Amino acid sequence: MTGQGFTCCRRRALQLAGAAAIAGTFSIHPGRRSFATAAGEYGLEITAGRITVDGVGSKAIMMGGSVPAPTLRWREGEEVVIHATNRLDVPTSIHWHGLLLEGVMDGAPGFNGFVAIRPGETWTYRFKLRQSGTYWYHSHSAMQEQQGMYGAIVIEPTGREPVKADRDYVVVLSDHTREDPRRVLANLKIDAGYYNYQKRTLIDFFRDAGREGFWNALTDRLHWAEMRMDPTDLADVTGYTFLVNGRGPKDNWTALFEPGQRVRLRFINASAMSFFDVRIPGLAMTVVSADGQNVQPVRVDEFRFGPGETYDVVVLPREDGAFTIFAEPIDRSGYARATLAPREGMEGPIPERRPRTILSMADMGMDHGETGHGSADRGAGHGMHGGAGMDHAAMGHGAPAADGGPRRPFGWADAATPPGTKALDYADLRAATRNPDDREPTHEIEVRLTGIMERYMWSVNGRPFGKEEPIRVRYGDRVRLKFVNTTMMAHPMHLHGMFVELENGQGDRKPRKHVVVVPPGRTVSAVLTANEPGEWPFHCHLLYHMEAGMMTRFVVEPKLA
Amino acid sequence: MAPTTRWNEARRYLGAAVAVLPALVLGGPARAAETGHLFAAMQVEQLEYRLKNGANVLAWDAHAWVGTDDHKAWLETEGEKPNGERLEQGEFRLLFGRRISDYFDGRVGIRYDVAPSPDRGFAVFSLHGLAPYWFEVDASAFVSHEGEVSARFSADYELLITQRMILQPSMEVDLAAQSVRERGLGSGLNDLELGLRLRYEFVRNFAPYVGIHWERKFGGTADLAREEGEDAEDLAFVVGVRLLL
Repeated sequence: MTGQGFTCCRRRALQLAGAAAIAGTFSIHPGRRSFATAAGEYGLEITAGRITVDGVGSKAIMMGGSVPAPTLRWREGEEVVIHATNRLDVPTSIHWHGLLLEGVMDGAPGFNGFVAIRPGETWTYRFKLRQSGTYWYHSHSAMQEQQGMYGAIVIEPTGREPVKADRDYVVVLSDHTREDPRRVLANLKIDAGYYNYQKRTLIDFFRDAGREGFWNALTDRLHWAEMRMDPTDLADVTGYTFLVNGRGPKDNWTALFEPGQRVRLRFINASAMSFFDVRIPGLAMTVVSADGQNVQPVRVDEFRFGPGETYDVVVLPREDGAFTIFAEPIDRSGYARATLAPREGMEGPIPERRPRTILSMADMGMDHGETGHGSADRGAGHGMHGGAGMDHAAMGHGAPAADGGPRRPFGWADAATPPGTKALDYADLRAATRNPDDREPTHEIEVRLTGIMERYMWSVNGRPFGKEEPIRVRYGDRVRLKFVNTTMMAHPMHLHGMFVELENGQGDRKPRKHVVVVPPGRTVSAVLTANEPGEWPFHCHLLYHMEAGMMTRFVVEPKLA
Repeated sequence: MAPTTRWNEARRYLGAAVAVLPALVLGGPARAAETGHLFAAMQVEQLEYRLKNGANVLAWDAHAWVGTDDHKAWLETEGEKPNGERLEQGEFRLLFGRRISDYFDGRVGIRYDVAPSPDRGFAVFSLHGLAPYWFEVDASAFVSHEGEVSARFSADYELLITQRMILQPSMEVDLAAQSVRERGLGSGLNDLELGLRLRYEFVRNFAPYVGIHWERKFGGTADLAREEGEDAEDLAFVVGVRLLL
């Protein structure tokens, strides 16, 4: 899938990349070009083309001639120049997700004076890298991201790299559909449940009536029906093939290691709409970085992440065998799969699929503390993966089924994590270094996540983009963002231009994030030092939610002279 | 000028007034078209053959809409044509409306009946949306160009037996404030229709179905039907297809 679209103006860079790969300091994934370079100047063409996933061809939009786009390997402190040329017949853009840069270089049309790149035109991005870590880049126009416009960015630190690894791979997860995204959005507008083939049926009713009693099952249905809400609404869009580095489950993208090596995997959720539960059966993962920012190592067996988020993990496979990297979307409508193996062509076993959860009344914000976990208003600690036990008391769910079957998951956060294994919780994330700004926030900004599922309308503070009420702060302000999710879907909220510090109970080592997942019906808070002047997009990173209006402006007004 | 003449004149303007409303409501969609948030859909809810004693009937119920989250225009049609006979019912509605709550649209517009004869034009006021417990409902009031007032209420529900096999009960009731003999309508409760259709969604856009359709005329409407030699009550088996285009 490599193409001619990606050209490097400095031949030296290519040579460096090749030399580095041979030396084994890092790896280039097969079939793709990536660059380790000192100062770099790049040409990046955006073209329409075709890709093949699991043997099936479909249309795609590419940057640099491939899906995903070439991994950009840069070094902190260098200045990069990218000439992006639009070879499509519609406007496009490239947004550098998670990078700290001048507003006009951020690449979101309609913000900070950036204008979409028109067909045939070239726009030159130029910025100095002020950070290190794992990031990514993608289109910010017309749902082109869903069509393949995404790729990874890896920035090496100028100083010592605290994470020691013998191998270093980028693992870009995405969701691929052969449908035109405009058609997908139109279908959702016509029928919000258009893609849901896991609704509760009469047959489910009789099964639940048998397990929980007729009246319990009926009352539960009546509660949901009265509100005109659907507890099976975990994912708006289905029909996806889930990809790892552009490869389908059958293609089986493979990363090589030698037994005993430390392997760093940089997971990027570049999907349009999918929360993934990620695990590598047989290997514990040590999370070393979240959203590109180093965290104190946390050993986990699995993690969940939403569109836009990244996690770097280190694994230490000792055996001479194949391990499966397995990522299931939370509606369990398929899986992404890749292999970690000592040699090409090996395959690990495909693990048993996890059961799909069902939303609870707590996900509707209806618990009002009754169930005792009360994560709302207590920061993000229990926001994601409140841990086994949450919500389970309600309505007879959660307990092992009367028929002796496995425990049925209950509530959005329940990934059916087996007892004795550890899933990453937001509360586990502890920044590697102290937060630089220890001021208490001077004021709190409530960010209500709002929507009408039935009409597929999504908004921030009740106002869709176009009629938005911008959030305004002054340069240098220290503010708290209080995300209140009034909907029954989780929203990965992405702020451009700045990191927020998640208030997850880690004191002065709050993790820095560019995407904060706010589970349904919950409240999550983060603090922010407004030190990047500009007019930044602030939106839900579920692509169709953003397109339907879930975006606002976050304005950092410049310091008065 | 006699009061009736004045009333006739007023009625003539009523149609014109209703025709102007769309322009006001369509301002929203026109703006949205610029930002690419204009959507459209066409749905044939029922296209069916009703098998019963006497003449079998071809019946349809379809609608299309174009607009935004907040403003939409609808074109709706329904009708019945007995086998080998003239059109028994043929109704077209052009409605414009806006979102008045999370789940409901308020709509105004015009309706034109090409059958039964003589033709009639109506002004329409409708409340359309999704009621608690997932009932899709529509309540409409009609004022004809002859000044006759009538109303209709319809509701339906979808029961998922499996993900693709869906049972849809439906009901519709028609009421009139006065009798219109020439169109076979009495005053008060005119008729009640009940349906039960079982469809299979091979894909969302294509679902054949079978079912039953029962209707009964009441009061003066029933009397007029009997005078015409028709039954006041009718039960039919239906075979049809539901399409989303």
